[in-house]
Amino acid sequence: MSDTLRHVSRALPHDSARKHVAGTAAYVDDLPEPHGTLHLAIGLSPAARGRLIDLGIDAVRAAPGVVAVLTADDIPGRNDIAPSLNDEPLLATDRVLYFGQPIFLVVATTRDAARLAARLARPVVEKETPSVTIEDALARGETVLPDYAFGRGNVAPALADAPLRAQGQFRIGGQEHFYLEGQVALAIPGEDGEMLVHSSTQHPTEVQHVVARILGVPQALVTCETRRMGGAFGGKESQATQWAALAALAAHATRRACKLRLDRDDDMQITGKRHDMRADWDIGFDSDGLIHAIDLQLNARCGCSADLSQGVVDRAMFHADNAYFLPVVDIRSKRLKTDSVSNTAFRGFGGPQGMLAMERMIDAVAWSLGKDPLDVRKANLYRPGHDETPYGMRVTDADTIHAIIATLEETAHYRERRAEIAAFNAQSPVLKKGLALTPVKFGISFTLKALNQAGALVNVYADGSVRLNHGGTEMGQGLYQKIAQLVADEFGIGIERVRITATTTAKVPNTSPTAASAGTDLNGMAAIVACREIKARLAAYAATLWECDADDIVFAEDALSAGNRRMSFKDAAASAIRERISLSSTGFYATPDLTWERDKGRGRPFYYFAYGAACSEVIVDMLTGENRVTRVDILHDVGRSLNPAIDMGQIEGGFVQGMGWLTTEELVYDSDGRLRTHAPSTYKIPVASDVPEHFQVMLHPGANREATVHRSKAVGEPPLMLAISVFAALCDALHSLAPGKLVPLDAPATPEAILRAARQIAPGDLF
Amino acid sequence: MPRRELRFLRRGRVISLSGFAPTTTVLDWLRLDERSTGTKEGCAEGDCGACTIVVARLRDGQLVHEPINACIALLASLDGAELITVEDLADGDTLHPVQEAMVKHHGAQCGFCTPGIVMSLFALHHAHEGEIDRARVETALAGNLCRCTGYKPIIAAALEGCARPADDVFARSASTRMAALAELDDGRSLFVGDEDRFFAAPATVDGLAELVLRYPDAQLVAGATDVGLWMTKGLRRFDRMISVQRVTELTHLETDDEEIRIGAAVSLAAAASVLGDLDDDLATMLARFGSQQIRAAGTVGGNIGNGSPIGDLAPCLIALGAILELRRGDRIRTLPLEDFFLAYRKQDREPGEFITRIIVPRPGPQDLIRVTKISKRRDEDISAMLMALRLTVDEGRIATARLAFGGMAGIPCRAPAAEDVLKGHVLADAALWRRAAAALAEDLQPLSDLRASADYRMQVAQNAVIKALAEMAGIPSHITRIVPRREVHHV
Repeated sequence: MSDTLRHVSRALPHDSARKHVAGTAAYVDDLPEPHGTLHLAIGLSPAARGRLIDLGIDAVRAAPGVVAVLTADDIPGRNDIAPSLNDEPLLATDRVLYFGQPIFLVVATTRDAARLAARLARPVVEKETPSVTIEDALARGETVLPDYAFGRGNVAPALADAPLRAQGQFRIGGQEHFYLEGQVALAIPGEDGEMLVHSSTQHPTEVQHVVARILGVPQALVTCETRRMGGAFGGKESQATQWAALAALAAHATRRACKLRLDRDDDMQITGKRHDMRADWDIGFDSDGLIHAIDLQLNARCGCSADLSQGVVDRAMFHADNAYFLPVVDIRSKRLKTDSVSNTAFRGFGGPQGMLAMERMIDAVAWSLGKDPLDVRKANLYRPGHDETPYGMRVTDADTIHAIIATLEETAHYRERRAEIAAFNAQSPVLKKGLALTPVKFGISFTLKALNQAGALVNVYADGSVRLNHGGTEMGQGLYQKIAQLVADEFGIGIERVRITATTTAKVPNTSPTAASAGTDLNGMAAIVACREIKARLAAYAATLWECDADDIVFAEDALSAGNRRMSFKDAAASAIRERISLSSTGFYATPDLTWERDKGRGRPFYYFAYGAACSEVIVDMLTGENRVTRVDILHDVGRSLNPAIDMGQIEGGFVQGMGWLTTEELVYDSDGRLRTHAPSTYKIPVASDVPEHFQVMLHPGANREATVHRSKAVGEPPLMLAISVFAALCDALHSLAPGKLVPLDAPATPEAILRAARQIAPGDLF
Repeated sequence: MPRRELRFLRRGRVISLSGFAPTTTVLDWLRLDERSTGTKEGCAEGDCGACTIVVARLRDGQLVHEPINACIALLASLDGAELITVEDLADGDTLHPVQEAMVKHHGAQCGFCTPGIVMSLFALHHAHEGEIDRARVETALAGNLCRCTGYKPIIAAALEGCARPADDVFARSASTRMAALAELDDGRSLFVGDEDRFFAAPATVDGLAELVLRYPDAQLVAGATDVGLWMTKGLRRFDRMISVQRVTELTHLETDDEEIRIGAAVSLAAAASVLGDLDDDLATMLARFGSQQIRAAGTVGGNIGNGSPIGDLAPCLIALGAILELRRGDRIRTLPLEDFFLAYRKQDREPGEFITRIIVPRPGPQDLIRVTKISKRRDEDISAMLMALRLTVDEGRIATARLAFGGMAGIPCRAPAAEDVLKGHVLADAALWRRAAAALAEDLQPLSDLRASADYRMQVAQNAVIKALAEMAGIPSHITRIVPRREVHHV
């Protein structure tokens, strides 16, 4: 069978591009509402920690338009929405776990009636002092999961013996996802207890399971359907379930369709964020800048429940080496319980925090030695003989990151600009420039091995058109388009013949979330498996017809052919059906070669690594902390790209999102544990003018050495960490104020944080 | 007799409505009543731009296309205008040039912000002022958040899609549309509802004075860029609303050699074009004030009347020496703008009284102006601190100083101690700059909040004063700031 490529590797537009721009792409809130649809609003906890004495909802029940007010007592099944442990209720019962936690549900005839009624509640909580900060949680000693560590060698003596040593504490801020489409679900009851839920979720299967659990019905009665999300970024991996389950609960109670769409402020206040962390670090090194030993403790603020914190903090640990060989190393973690909404998945899934901590240590080594940080980075990269990660996996393709850095150093003119910037800074009292080139090495696969599986369902119809379904969800990343390209090329047909359909648990069951950058790797393979099964049947049929070998049948140019025999794909489909051949097939894929023994801290948790590097330049006003990113050059490894336009979009978008995380995006909580930055007016993600005009992204040529789909590489998360170059460049600019000093800049580097750091290391008048 | 129904143009037809709640937003009307779901709600507070629509109006005989945040715009504010949404742009199967450019450059990923972006670009397409550059595009897009793309392809699409003068269905049917809009413009007052629940938009200032006196409890509204949030976030439901937007006299913007007189209902965008000419710092600040959508809807009178301690306009106008004119019934009074602000969210405005004009004396050749706006994000962000300074310098000596701040107290305010330090002294004296900065500690006691700590506010206020004075004394701005100012010479 030939694999002539008409679509794969082409820069085709997103499958919904024309609908996006025309306003005709439907999101959950845009679906036609079934007659009599009711609308929901949530009652929120007025305290972060304490005993819930009384809901105070008499006035809510009496409010105009209210059909029902539901509480935990109305849940027919188990009051549990936790993805892992049984530690998070759908609606609070005797205790409240965070400020804004849902404590009751209003069902009303209109959205406004529901929201107005919800505000009439006067809940009574016997308040306790909440743990808000990492320090609060450390003092109380409360965690959501046990401490965990892995490493190699005996760190204490190695640190003591190292010629040089540096230590510090580094705060890494969290991040709000700010998907433009907020959390939303529409539940439609069916007969015999069936429930159809339209949910904006990355994980339809989990929504299905949790709804079944809440309603106390078999999973087979619940269907979750997701056509598209208006962004997700991890925020709809485990945390879309609550809203879907509430909608289903109300639909179950009222026997009417029910819709819940969170207001933006509520959404930001009561959904989890990227974990903020405090990295306590200690590094031993020598005068060449070579790392001898590292002791790193990651204190993660997990919130009120485990949620996905095991995987998130593990991944932070897995990436605390970034791309560097650490001879002797101890990486420890605490998964701290705070009385705040449970922190959750966010693009990079802990990886960015671990990596940023490592880059802070590299910078500290460079500053103390007076070396260019890039030289320290290069000296410590994984290399032959120094290729084992702290968790025992070998890095066999480190040459890729060496090549990427070498190329980027050249094409971005790093050395020339380093000299120019030094000259500029020497004569500029207020404005200081900074430059940094940082690498990314990111492990691809779910570290929970069971999640590395996917399914697909492909139907070929009598007219040769193809209906495609798989377990992956579309959140803007172009997964549907990439897989449609794969399927079109498998059958050798035009992509317009491939109908992309909404992800639904009724067609492809028991799926994994679309996460860990693995959507295409997993679902693309599953779809190909399904296509090949159908092709094998068609080929066998054609081979009988043409008296040739099935292996000689080629699928290309909308036809099957062998030698001078040719039959259009359409005719082949029609006649195969007449010959009673099934043209429908499932496909299934499980990532090979994964081993991970968490209790031993050893194994091969990743199928492969994706690499990249970025070089960023900034200019900083040292009298205000205001700054601009003035130039960015990126070289990133996507293997053999399935769609360069989509991959470039992921790289650019991921970088800018990472830049926001490390600069302007600041989560501010008050001492009551209440998030004060709960709207775009107060929480500032990048806008168009924050992106530099010189923003050049190149794809590193080369195929994935592992047998992934068309030798491509995952691209969803890795580019976010390219933005560490921006943070490092800001540190570089600050470092010019006081060479040799450790720059005390925490993330995010807001203007205020920058000015504070500047004043700390250079307190005098600048001019 | 006032007209009893709201009328606006939609897809070539006149829509007449009377049975709506005064607080109905354009977005809710579109999504819930008309069931046009292309326009999205992203934040319901006018900050993300997913709900951007375009409102076409006749202004001074010209057809203008203004981008507006539908989520906080009052339905009734559409009176006499044409409502254009994302579904209206394509000509059958043929996409609009800005839509086509967005597809070509892969400007949409999840697609949720896209309708709003398309509409901002559509407005830019029709605002075409000749050459379009990246800076213009950035300004046009400051009110549209995209979380997926990193903006690069959107900027590319904007530069391509807005490169040529508009030649779309809307441009080709401009004369028909203008005629239809002219027909809607009956110059009559609008009063929809009854005594107990109404939306009123008087056409004359006398009519407004009478109505406000009769219903002193009615909510006055202009662009609703703040009142809209009271509705969407505070869930406040006003039974009686009086809009100043159709009051002819309040929309006047007059300039002469002496002063600039800005009607209270003049949009921030229109005011920016005049105030921005006074000094590049004012132009820069006004380009960073809210977003294009907010500046199109929000008004000068609203920004001042709202009394926010962090409104950017008030400190600038105070530094310029602006006079506020208020009216109650037939009584008109004026006061220096700084005297209008009494305490946090409390102003010198009686029930039944409203702002009519702001009168700004034109700076003379000896006047120097500097404005510094500090925020976490450069564009579309509320100031942590805003400093506005106007000096009159006579032969190197400071004759008068007006130094005003936002974000540093419960109200926009002057800094008298620092002004005293400056007055009568030679400007070119670094020690003087530092003394003035130090005096701010007497003038201001800022608070810590989510935008900034008190310490940072004071630090950047002092540094802003030092920088401003240094620049006024001749230190080139490329030394003192990332984006140097364009020098403007007052005549």
